[in-house]
Amino acid sequence: MKNSLIILAFFATGVILGISKNLPDLMMQDDFSMYALYVLMFLVGIGIGADRKSWSILRTMKIKIILIPIGVIVGTFSGAALFSVLIPDLRLKEVLAVSAGFGYYSLSSLFITELSGEMLGVVALLSNILREIFTLLATPLLVIYFGKLAGIASGGATSMDTTLPVISRYSGKEWSIIAVFSGVILTILVPFLVTFILKYF
Amino acid sequence: MIIVLLLMVAGILTGFVINRFPLAIKINDKLISWAIYVLLFLLGISVGLNKTIIQNLDKIGVQALIITTGAISGSVFALWILYRFLFREENNEGGTNEK
Repeated sequence: MKNSLIILAFFATGVILGISKNLPDLMMQDDFSMYALYVLMFLVGIGIGADRKSWSILRTMKIKIILIPIGVIVGTFSGAALFSVLIPDLRLKEVLAVSAGFGYYSLSSLFITELSGEMLGVVALLSNILREIFTLLATPLLVIYFGKLAGIASGGATSMDTTLPVISRYSGKEWSIIAVFSGVILTILVPFLVTFILKYF
Repeated sequence: MIIVLLLMVAGILTGFVINRFPLAIKINDKLISWAIYVLLFLLGISVGLNKTIIQNLDKIGVQALIITTGAISGSVFALWILYRFLFREENNEGGTNEK
């Protein structure tokens, strides 16, 4: 939660500076952010590769656990597709791409900005931040009505880190390995799914 | 965009090698945070410069909310089904309900 607030603060400061137009020319250039995204992706990759715990979890798991991230993907896309009729201004593939962030707002919004423009990038940023915040607030209720996987479902990619504490508290510790597993798989898939949906769908 | 995805894969492979060095992992985490801060700051600037977005922020917010609602209810429903049919018995012995 703290981290998302810091990120929002950076974003908001940028917005205010942008509106006020008090900027050196250097910062107005667009191509810089593309290179920064390159660096970020490489670093994120290192983070995933170096995460021993997640990889050892993979080895000890039963096959059916793979159904959980698949279920999150299928459910997310079906739900988003269904609700997309309420948004006449966005095309189906744009709605799907935003939902394919699975709560990983930083990466998905940057990807979508590069591929589809800032407008959709901001939708992705807000939508995926909302997913994380909702998960943090609603998991205690969700697990009562929809079973122990509900927090993992709602958290999406965030169930491996930011929403893990609340999931493990209200679903029980024995579910946290599954939460990490599902979150890691979804995190890795975010850039691939977003790119695939926007480019080839 | 293919380049970006290849870079991620290259990063994962590098990560396999680095995972012996906790300090490197720590530094990597810090770098990721700062890269994200910088990128979202820059995204903020281009959003601020973009009049269309600023004038439509309320609309964008509503769209985001609708997509999130759909995405969360869909995935919660999907995993509710999975839970009922495949996972309920599994973890029961350790699962305590009290908060």
